[in-house]
Amino acid sequence: MATKSLKAKGNDLAVSNKQLEILNGGIFADGELPYFKDKIADIGHFPLRPKKLEILQINVGYMCNQVCEHCHVDAGPDRKEIMTRETMQQCLEVIKNTGAHTLDLTGGAPEMNPDFEWFVEEAAKAGIKDFIVRSNLTIIRANKKYYHLPDFFKKHNVHVISSMPHYTRGKTDKQRGDGVFDKSIKALQELNERGYGMPDSDLKLDLVYNPSGAYLPGDQAAMEKDFKKALKEDFNIDFHNLFAITNLPIARFLDYLIASENYEDYMYALVEAYNPSAVANVMCTNTISISWDGWLYDCDFNQMLDLKVASKVKHIKDYNEDILNDRNIIISQHCYGCTAGAGSSCQGTVA
Amino acid sequence: MANTYYDPADLRKFGKITEWSEELGTKFFDYYGKVFEEGALSAREKSLIALAVSHVVKCPYCIDAYTKDGLQKGITKEEMMEAVHVGAAIEGGATLVHGVQMMNKYNKLSM
Ligand code: SF4
Ligand code: SF4
Repeated sequence: MATKSLKAKGNDLAVSNKQLEILNGGIFADGELPYFKDKIADIGHFPLRPKKLEILQINVGYMCNQVCEHCHVDAGPDRKEIMTRETMQQCLEVIKNTGAHTLDLTGGAPEMNPDFEWFVEEAAKAGIKDFIVRSNLTIIRANKKYYHLPDFFKKHNVHVISSMPHYTRGKTDKQRGDGVFDKSIKALQELNERGYGMPDSDLKLDLVYNPSGAYLPGDQAAMEKDFKKALKEDFNIDFHNLFAITNLPIARFLDYLIASENYEDYMYALVEAYNPSAVANVMCTNTISISWDGWLYDCDFNQMLDLKVASKVKHIKDYNEDILNDRNIIISQHCYGCTAGAGSSCQGTVA
Repeated sequence: MANTYYDPADLRKFGKITEWSEELGTKFFDYYGKVFEEGALSAREKSLIALAVSHVVKCPYCIDAYTKDGLQKGITKEEMMEAVHVGAAIEGGATLVHGVQMMNKYNKLSM
């Protein structure tokens, strides 16, 4: 398990240009593997264009109580970037006026932003249909000041989406840190106690599964069945859906791939699993991602690679949905991660 | 790279066998694909059987492929190792059970 972010370690890959250089070079520059751009051009999807905006994804900061091995955000306790109340206010203006039906709060651990609860309360008033918080679960048990979070989520009918790499302790702790599994189980039980995740409950609790290593996720429905069975039998836990997400070769996962000499094989596997029918529904086509400092991106991954939207409107303070929607989405080789197999998005498979 | 009989990168080229015999290669891959679909046995169970058999036939390509497949299907390392033991037990048993033939022959030939 990692103990510090790449940034704190002064690792080369903390710099987004270095990551892009690796992604665009080697097996792609040699022509051994086709560029993503050429692949989607073959099926008439280049340039990739947005459809109607449905989801606003707001990253309220890179601070996290965990330092997971695969984290594409390079989040951790040492990351200090967090969204200010002023930027949140600019986001609220947009939330009030947008036609997007889903608000998706992410991080780091979004709950660690000191204005998190204020923001949720304000945003909850804005008439968004699906209000998602991406919780890493352990934060709920990290320290007393977060113990009330399940009640707080319930009060605002927040849709909780939580990461759970596996239903066994060993795999979960290896990827996310010692003790993470037990804390996650406890947090899930607490959410269940409030009614979250129960079969007929409106309090939505979904889990996110992503592989703990250099391989692609298996069939989402089969994984969901296995997770449901194991968590129910072992811990009496209920949840609604399991979203299987592919790890994108960015930040700490890229570092891991290179260090473990899996990078090339992994890229081959992604390209081999390329599924043209996933392209039309990749999440950047209906999402805008907003960073802690208010910049706009096509997705959270482009945010981490510092690839700001190709539009005149680049910052939340200048937000204009019509202008923004008339843009070309910025793509690179990491996008193969969104189109491998059944495809992958923050809501699981797309094809 | 040293010259060896097995090159892990060759696994990626497996599909190319159709280039020298389109019909038979395609038939094989169609059959192969069908075999591993969910059926009376789950894809997960089939993956574990494949892993055990890979060890018995000692195919390094298949061992790589079905270790990865098992990971993709959320199969744990304990389950994988148990499957290998099942293969080893059958393989060992199959060797040993021929001991009966040896004993028969020995007895027949001996006074
Ligand atoms: S993967 Fe999630 S929980 Fe883990 S370090 Fe990154 S943001 Fe935190
Ligand atoms: S990585 Fe981002 S830009 Fe690329 S396909 Fe996925 S969502 Fe779209």
